[in-house]
Amino acid sequence: MKLRRHKSRRSNKEEAATRLRSFGELRRIADRILRLSDADETEITIDAGADALTRFANNTIHQHVAEEFLTISVRTVLDGRTARATTNKTDEESLRRVVAASTRIARSQPKSPGLLPMPGAQKYEKVKRWCEATATATPRERASAVARICRRAAHEKQTAAGTYSSGAARMLLTNSKGLIATYEQTRAEFSITVMEEKSSGWAKASAADIRTLDVDALAARASQKAAASRAPRELAPGRYTAILEPAAALDMVGYLFYDFAGTAVQDRRSCFNDRLGKKVLGDNITMWDDVTHEGQLGAPFDGEGMPRQKVLLVDRGVPRNLVYSRATAKKMKTRPTGHGLSLPNEWGEAPLNLVLEGGKSSLDEMISSTERGILVTRLWYIREVDPYEKVMTGMTRDGTFLVENGRIVGGIRNFRFNQSVLELLANADALGPAARASGEEASDMVIPAMRVQNFHFTEVTKF
Amino acid sequence: MNQELANHALNTAKLRGATYADLRVMDIRQRELSTKNGEVGTCGESESFGIGIRVIAGGAWGFASTDRLTKEGVQACAAQAVAIAKASALAKTHAIELVPEDAYVDAWQNPYIKEPFQIPMERQLALLKAADDEMRKVKGITLTETGMVFRRIEQLFASSAGSRIHQVKMQSGAGIVAYSFRNNELQKRSYPASFGGQHALQGYEMVEAMDLAGNARRGGRCAVALHSAAQCPEGVRTIILESSQLGLQVHESVGHPIELDRVLGMEANMAGTSFLTTDKLRKLRYAADIVSVVADARLEHGPGLGTFGYDDEGVPGQCTNIITSGLFTGYLTSRDTAAMIGERRSGGTVRGESWNRLPMIRMTNISLLPGTWKYEDLLADTDDAILMETNRSWSIDDKRYHFQFSTEIGWEIRGGQKVRMLKNPSYSGITTEFWNSCDAICSRDYWTLWGTPNCGKGQPMQTMGTGHGASPSRFRNVKVGMAFKKD
Repeated sequence: MKLRRHKSRRSNKEEAATRLRSFGELRRIADRILRLSDADETEITIDAGADALTRFANNTIHQHVAEEFLTISVRTVLDGRTARATTNKTDEESLRRVVAASTRIARSQPKSPGLLPMPGAQKYEKVKRWCEATATATPRERASAVARICRRAAHEKQTAAGTYSSGAARMLLTNSKGLIATYEQTRAEFSITVMEEKSSGWAKASAADIRTLDVDALAARASQKAAASRAPRELAPGRYTAILEPAAALDMVGYLFYDFAGTAVQDRRSCFNDRLGKKVLGDNITMWDDVTHEGQLGAPFDGEGMPRQKVLLVDRGVPRNLVYSRATAKKMKTRPTGHGLSLPNEWGEAPLNLVLEGGKSSLDEMISSTERGILVTRLWYIREVDPYEKVMTGMTRDGTFLVENGRIVGGIRNFRFNQSVLELLANADALGPAARASGEEASDMVIPAMRVQNFHFTEVTKF
Repeated sequence: MNQELANHALNTAKLRGATYADLRVMDIRQRELSTKNGEVGTCGESESFGIGIRVIAGGAWGFASTDRLTKEGVQACAAQAVAIAKASALAKTHAIELVPEDAYVDAWQNPYIKEPFQIPMERQLALLKAADDEMRKVKGITLTETGMVFRRIEQLFASSAGSRIHQVKMQSGAGIVAYSFRNNELQKRSYPASFGGQHALQGYEMVEAMDLAGNARRGGRCAVALHSAAQCPEGVRTIILESSQLGLQVHESVGHPIELDRVLGMEANMAGTSFLTTDKLRKLRYAADIVSVVADARLEHGPGLGTFGYDDEGVPGQCTNIITSGLFTGYLTSRDTAAMIGERRSGGTVRGESWNRLPMIRMTNISLLPGTWKYEDLLADTDDAILMETNRSWSIDDKRYHFQFSTEIGWEIRGGQKVRMLKNPSYSGITTEFWNSCDAICSRDYWTLWGTPNCGKGQPMQTMGTGHGASPSRFRNVKVGMAFKKD
């Protein structure tokens, strides 16, 4: 029986699988380009991927897609000038053309005063983010799980919508100075919204290993939230104690990422201008950028192939360090941290693997110790209102609850907020354990749930 | 473009069991240039070529895409699309139905004068540098940015119903922005609009006509002056919105809620749903009588980012009345969603970002039709109001009821005159209450078709360009200043 089932699965895989190029194929393309280029220096970045996504709504699969892609990007340097050209064609003529385009564009510019020679070979931290089960997941496997969840929602007289995706990617970055960096990663994600007539609930998770996603548990959590917020009542806007689940905390705190770029401070558009070294956040706030953290995904090198270093960004409430590309570091007379973006660009660098250290309060403890507050599942459509005070506006969504006397008393209509992220991190008086979280507004990060005093809800909507 | 490969893909899909199939072969070329503080920032070109195949098999949808444009590559891709559709059928509650559409064999291209990719980059960079230099001549400016982007999209649409449509779209865009940081406050002014400037289905002539350098210093001076301006007050006020801000208001509070896929719950997990449930069609007083909005993809509406000959289901571009003298009269539809609400034909609004993305309902040019007022008369007729210009932030809830916008600059209007500059203006409200409070719309002389190049929707996310025509308009009893409210 097992053998027969296994055989039938393989047949499905063959029929529906996308084809991911091997490192050998990527390397051969890069070598061909290096031979074609007569620039002073040449850098090649190749991204190959195969992604698939099962999308459902109204308790049925309505969109179901797969793609395979290849991006070949060539940066050349000629006499102190640099430029990039990109193609997805691998025939000889196209590769010749992309090299020619890169050098033609480079020649069209004035000399770049801050341009540094390309780096040579580097050593990188080892990270393992490849899972064969994710790379070979089939549409039928994802669809079967979705069908089961949709049937359960229908049985509960609820309506489910969401996505279940899986994919794999390989990346090669090499240059004419002998640098070779490779990275491969798989990623699976499940996101679900469960709706009733006047309420909804949401849950989401992502991981390198699809087998670690408990899609049934996530669906059950969204279902319970929808049921628990039936007949939401309207509450007056104002300042409340807010208990932010990890996804809600992520979508606010994640907006800080570029403020930690050396270039942002130099351009005077970071909220940390004149705040570095000062105690502006709570004692319980310590934040790192750490690509090696087990809850993180992403390559251990930056856009130039420099090794990403672990950087202490905030130390017990004090913004302490920034991240730097090679060029920014030179300009700011410091050392690069391996966070540069692909050149040429005007943004410099950014931390892409934020880790906010957690505390010891569980979400239940935060609720049980709150006299009156708002429990927030998720935030939505967050935009920056004031860049220096880092005031963000947005809405609560898919499960907003009133907490009174230590327990959840019911759902409430969704609020608009206008809230400073800096104040939020100064007013967080309880943190949960940190874990990988997925939201919709900011990139996934490792972050705890948090309770925040005086969260500023300014208006209320109609549902 | 290779018709033979297209035929081969469609035949493969049919042989594998598809009852309907269509495909898009797309060749996309892009050039992007930017400067920051007078130095070159981004400078590059990219191209992307591939095929996306969409099928119905077993009564369900499947989609697969590949960049392997060989006979074997498209054959595998078509087979994969059918296998995916059959897997989709595991959770099927109803079979997909499409409203009828004729088959077309046609070619379409938007007109333009100057091919942007033929203009030497040196010239384009020099134009940006000149604007950047002008902004930096203003004392107090701490950061300047300029940018240009050009996109050429060539695509072949082919369907099992017999359509073969070749389209070429040429798109251009540019903009500049000056920032001033002082006393813990960052102010900025953008030209001609924020977040990338103006974008349209035109050639390089559009960028030249903007006169970026000629408008640079004025923007810089305004950014610096904002530090000394009074804070926008808080309260319920009359507001006048200039046309680019009103274009974004149309986008968020009309364009998105009328997408029928949202209304039917298909976007519930990410983009959200819509308050415009189907019982409201031809019944809801969406807006005041003077307000009419259309969704118009035809070239005669203008060279907007939502202009095309045919959509990505092979349906010709059309004009749909969305709000007719205040009454809600139409949705943005596709062939399958139109069938779900009993419409006879798709509104032709389906587009995909690239060959590797499933086409879906997207805004075309969603435009507020011009009114009758002269701008000067509108100001003269206004006793006490705040005029707001150029978007700075935008946010709206997931049913598209409650919104909040802030703009880069405001002006207090007293007795028909602009009396002083205001900083940090913002306004908020409920969509239908806001549109019903409109009491004056300026005429076609003040109407601009704005391009929004960054509209996100779908999973995986797709970014699409949309168009929004608007002229300055007045709204009564609007809540102002909530974004900067302290308590």
